[in-house]
Amino acid sequence: MADSFRISGAGRFSHAKTARFTFDDKPYSGIEGDTLASALLANGVHLVGRSFKYHRPRGILSAGAEEPNALVGIHRDAARKTPNVRATVQELYDGLTAVSQNRWPSLSFDVGAVNDVASPFFSAGFYYKTFMWPKAAWKSLYEPKIREAAGLGVSPDQPDPDHYSARFAHCEVLVLGGGAAGLAAALAAAESGVRVILVDEQAELGGALRFESAARIEGQDGWTWAQGIAARLKAMPNVRVLTRTTAFGYYAQNFVGLTERVTDHLSSPGMDQPRERLWQVRARRVVLATGAIERHMVFADNDRPGIMLASAARTYLNHYGVAVGRNVGVYTANDSAYAAALDLKKAGVNVAAIVDLRDNPSGDLIDQTRAAGIEIHGGRAVVSVGGKLRISSMTVQPRTGGKNQRTIPVDALLMSAGWTPSVHLFSQSRGKVAFNEQVKRFLPGTYAQDCISIGGCNGTDELSTCMDEAYAAGLKAAKDAGGKTAKAAKPKVEADEVWSRGMLGAAPGAEAGTTVKAFVDFQNDVTAKDIRQAVHEGMRSIEHVKRFTTNGMATDQGKTSNMHGLAIAADELSRAIPEVGLTTFRAPYTPVTFGSIVGHARGSLFDPTRRTAMHDWAERNGAAFEDVGQWKRAWYFPRAGEDMHAAVNRECVTVRKTAGLFDASTLGKIEVVGPDAAAFMELLYTNPWQKLDPGRCRYGLMLREDGFIYDDGVVGRLAADRFHVTTTTGGAARVMNHMEDYLQTEFPHLKVWLTSTSEQWAVIAVQGPKSRDIIAPLVEGIDISDAAMPHMSVREGKICGVPTRLFRMSFSGERGFEVNVPADYGETVWEALWAEGQKHGACAYGTEAMHILRAEKGYIIVGQDTDGTVTVNDAGIDWAIGRKKTDFVGIRGMKRPDLVAPGRKQLVGLKTKDPKVVLEEGAQIVADPNQPVPMTMIGHVTSSYWSENCGRSIALALVAGGRDRMGETLHVPMPDRTIEVEVTGTVFFDEKGEHLNG
Amino acid sequence: MVKGSQGVKSVQGAKNVQRTKRVQAAKKEAQTGDAVTVERREALAGRVFSAAGVTVTPLPPAERVSLRAPEDSVAALSRALGVTLPAKPKTSAAKAGRLAFWLGPDEWMVIDEGGKDPLADCARVKALHSAVGISHRNVAIAVTGPACEATVSAGCPQDLSLAVFPVGAVSRTVLGKAEIVLYRAAEDSFRIECWRSFSDYVFTFLSEAARDAAA
Amino acid sequence: MLLIRCPYCEEERPELEFRNAGEAHVARPADIAAISDEDFEAFFFIRSNPKGIIYERWRHIHGCARFFNAVRDTVSDKFVMTYKAGEPKPKKLPGVAK
Repeated sequence: MADSFRISGAGRFSHAKTARFTFDDKPYSGIEGDTLASALLANGVHLVGRSFKYHRPRGILSAGAEEPNALVGIHRDAARKTPNVRATVQELYDGLTAVSQNRWPSLSFDVGAVNDVASPFFSAGFYYKTFMWPKAAWKSLYEPKIREAAGLGVSPDQPDPDHYSARFAHCEVLVLGGGAAGLAAALAAAESGVRVILVDEQAELGGALRFESAARIEGQDGWTWAQGIAARLKAMPNVRVLTRTTAFGYYAQNFVGLTERVTDHLSSPGMDQPRERLWQVRARRVVLATGAIERHMVFADNDRPGIMLASAARTYLNHYGVAVGRNVGVYTANDSAYAAALDLKKAGVNVAAIVDLRDNPSGDLIDQTRAAGIEIHGGRAVVSVGGKLRISSMTVQPRTGGKNQRTIPVDALLMSAGWTPSVHLFSQSRGKVAFNEQVKRFLPGTYAQDCISIGGCNGTDELSTCMDEAYAAGLKAAKDAGGKTAKAAKPKVEADEVWSRGMLGAAPGAEAGTTVKAFVDFQNDVTAKDIRQAVHEGMRSIEHVKRFTTNGMATDQGKTSNMHGLAIAADELSRAIPEVGLTTFRAPYTPVTFGSIVGHARGSLFDPTRRTAMHDWAERNGAAFEDVGQWKRAWYFPRAGEDMHAAVNRECVTVRKTAGLFDASTLGKIEVVGPDAAAFMELLYTNPWQKLDPGRCRYGLMLREDGFIYDDGVVGRLAADRFHVTTTTGGAARVMNHMEDYLQTEFPHLKVWLTSTSEQWAVIAVQGPKSRDIIAPLVEGIDISDAAMPHMSVREGKICGVPTRLFRMSFSGERGFEVNVPADYGETVWEALWAEGQKHGACAYGTEAMHILRAEKGYIIVGQDTDGTVTVNDAGIDWAIGRKKTDFVGIRGMKRPDLVAPGRKQLVGLKTKDPKVVLEEGAQIVADPNQPVPMTMIGHVTSSYWSENCGRSIALALVAGGRDRMGETLHVPMPDRTIEVEVTGTVFFDEKGEHLNG
Repeated sequence: MVKGSQGVKSVQGAKNVQRTKRVQAAKKEAQTGDAVTVERREALAGRVFSAAGVTVTPLPPAERVSLRAPEDSVAALSRALGVTLPAKPKTSAAKAGRLAFWLGPDEWMVIDEGGKDPLADCARVKALHSAVGISHRNVAIAVTGPACEATVSAGCPQDLSLAVFPVGAVSRTVLGKAEIVLYRAAEDSFRIECWRSFSDYVFTFLSEAARDAAA
Repeated sequence: MLLIRCPYCEEERPELEFRNAGEAHVARPADIAAISDEDFEAFFFIRSNPKGIIYERWRHIHGCARFFNAVRDTVSDKFVMTYKAGEPKPKKLPGVAK
């Protein structure tokens, strides 16, 4: 078979279940259960990518999430192209298509590799120093070119067709990591009856037991025991086991973000399945069992394909049944690599030699290795390697130097510099790590949250000790979170493996003074020399070294590189490691897709789209809609052959000539009820309310405490103790909040309550000289004659048999009514009114005509003609202030010196000298168009329209000292011309207001 | 817009139920002498969504009152309404087709599903209070089935386990980007109240969440 | 996402239900119309912005809708305690050294 490196009898998956895949268009075959990495290795493929900066050929370093090198693109179809997928994490499925990245034209011949030859020019800080001049070239030339050449994979160019789901979850004990320790802790916690969530990033639980062949627990080998415990946990109703799930972020108060990969391993995922599921978990206690990550050795050309972590080679053998070579070498500074060598030897792979930096390695494992006939070279170092696209040999010499070199042919080199506890999530929880001098590790020190670290991430080496620690931690976490005492017995470890010690920093041959490329950070191409150079150039803090060299700043966040980088910097600074400090680990632990973060919030669920009760009628009648906040509002109603301009002109004219129907439902409505309702209104609005008779309405103006206009609206007094307040559409929520704030915290003595009724009432504005005739046949129980119901009054009665609050009011300057009906009747009452309106030639009009009609009358729109810095006087509506009032919100603020100073911008009308020219809203206004640039701007246009009713353009503007400039000519400079305007009053139509009763 | 795809059923049955109720309501009003000449159009008419373990259904119209009152008035209001207004946070009371939700220390939502008018009952109470009709402001949606908790948990950050959010528990909270009132009517059933214009969003959100609730 | 104890709901609720409302214990002067510019400035514009313990207002806007007060540590972002609006500034804070 093509899988020439697959070893029969090894591995945990059936060789019968094959899965075909392609890598760079070449077909291969793997087996179900493989990762892409194990399947490639089974086919003898080590070269899988090119590095970020130097485009050096790269292989597979690890067998897990820490992988810095083996990043590939996974292409499902034209729209599903995921870049930067770690081949060590991607599970194989039949039909998988993978492509290499960061190379051109091909992986084995990459033009960009010229960067490697030219690397003396690309040392640390190269970009900072080189592209300094000319400054303008940075944006136009350097950055785009660098960005084009840099970067890893290519982003997909089509919308993501997959969907992503999300879930909030709550538990007493959250266990992060499903290795031996995590399983024991979860079991202990689960037996006590509390809710437990156990999370692991792998497809199966077991963690390091994947490769630890010597471990025996409860009379079984470690892996078999783990599967048994996993099955037991999955069967418990109080336990949720999440595999293929990464805990990527640990936030305040034990809030942990998990991303579950639901379909990435499936050959043909069902469309109903989400691709990923985001879990936002709140846990009473968190147990961190995130294990440890093996470090590589830092020596010359340690990035050649075929050089990998010893534990990775062991995983590929014991779990996937794949030998990473036929003649492997080992380079180590600790014991754990010996176990890998032994396992490979037992599987029939030749182990050429073990090179151990330690002078006299000793112990059972070493004895066993020797007994197996493997050569051990103690006190020696690997100083160079042969081969470019794949390692072919290693050159060994005594670590103390000398000429006694020996070159040993190998096709793979396994390395281990020791193990780094994965304190990432602990650090994210704001816990403080402490350096343990004895074992040269940063370990969890001071805890900031209710969590505990166990096993490898806590620096515990022996499996039996891990188990004790884990079981006790699980019990305690459950008990602290309210659980009972557990029934299950602690699992017994009969045989275990020990990892400890190792080395940090550069190995001999890559020490200070050498110029070899000994990589510390593979993904960002940072070498030992780069770190030393950063120190030489004055970086003292590890945070500066990191940013100068970019060590640990790649997507793998330095899982393998941080400790080496730190040790090299400390060595160069002649300071102790803890004095140089460790950089902060930040979320996410591994990259998280945007899809996962977005979850359900896309398409129609991106943001609520609010529609009024009459929306469907408007849609059926051809309305164009505009977005007003979350609302869809009918903008205008074009008839056949009409453009927007024609439609709006017709609507404006029709309203003034006959009548129009307008959907005003989106206005905010607040019912103010209680014996102190009027007193409360007095405090929140500038106007006087105590003497307003029930049945009457008043324009209400609301200020903030700083004296600026905040909102406005018509208020109807329904009874002595009940007001129907309206607000602007956009202001509805914040006005309610503002009123509640004052009521609850400043005026709590007032007996009054506020209820939002914005959506209780659908509102149909009927405006125009025929408005009364239109509503008359449908209204019951209300005398709507001018005498009985004058302008600015409100009545309760019925329309079409439905309860109504009928307002006589106008935002158009014409006689008008606003018909409030319960929302579910909004559309059908509208239809009834529409039918009546048709008899009089009325039209439906939208927000554009509404805006023009009110501008013709000089009625302001808060938020358009005001911007949060406009006072009552600026807007020219001082009449809205109750002069005898001694208090209201804003009464003091509006008297601040700047707010009463002369020369403030005041609202005025503008008429262009050429009546056909319509100004642009927001355009600036100057007094002298011939002054040098920058000109002194004295105001700006706030509203501007073509007014068909006036037969000319009209505009409102805020102009410094505007009311003293009546008749003055001002200028509006535009890019192509300067427009002459005359300052006028704000009322352009029916100045006497006769139409209100017309 | 009802989304249907493999494993998910679209059901149109509820429309008829709602229509029947509407006719009954119209008849009732006709009996009192005020003929309603226009039809009532509900925001979610005809929309139902079913997935494995959960169904999302709009509930029929109901009478609703937003009731505000100081402690001294609670007894009188309870008597008039025929249901004891709950005093403890996150609790509710139910009696004869009438629900009373504690929403805040002086705030209740009273819902009548039997066609009686709680607003009229409150109007008879002299004790200090504010009663405002919000029957049409809100739309109610039932999320029913063994996967109801998982469905709501897609967008609601509260712990909805039975121990923490037992049957009868009620709370104003959020679902995705909308505010809702969440009431646990039974172990496997939630009633969700939201404002009318948010009902499309809430219903669509729940439908999307329902597709994934069996996980 | 923080958990915040609402003193009215008497339990911890997710931060999504709340909205911050600025510094607490800044009372609006009863005779506000009569106060000097300096007093208005002190009342309206000046805020303490401390490093460490801050007294601030929150609203359980998507819950019971009540405004209440909270003591929070701006360094650790931890809530020390919450109490109802109108209650005096707590004299003793649990677990906080002077």
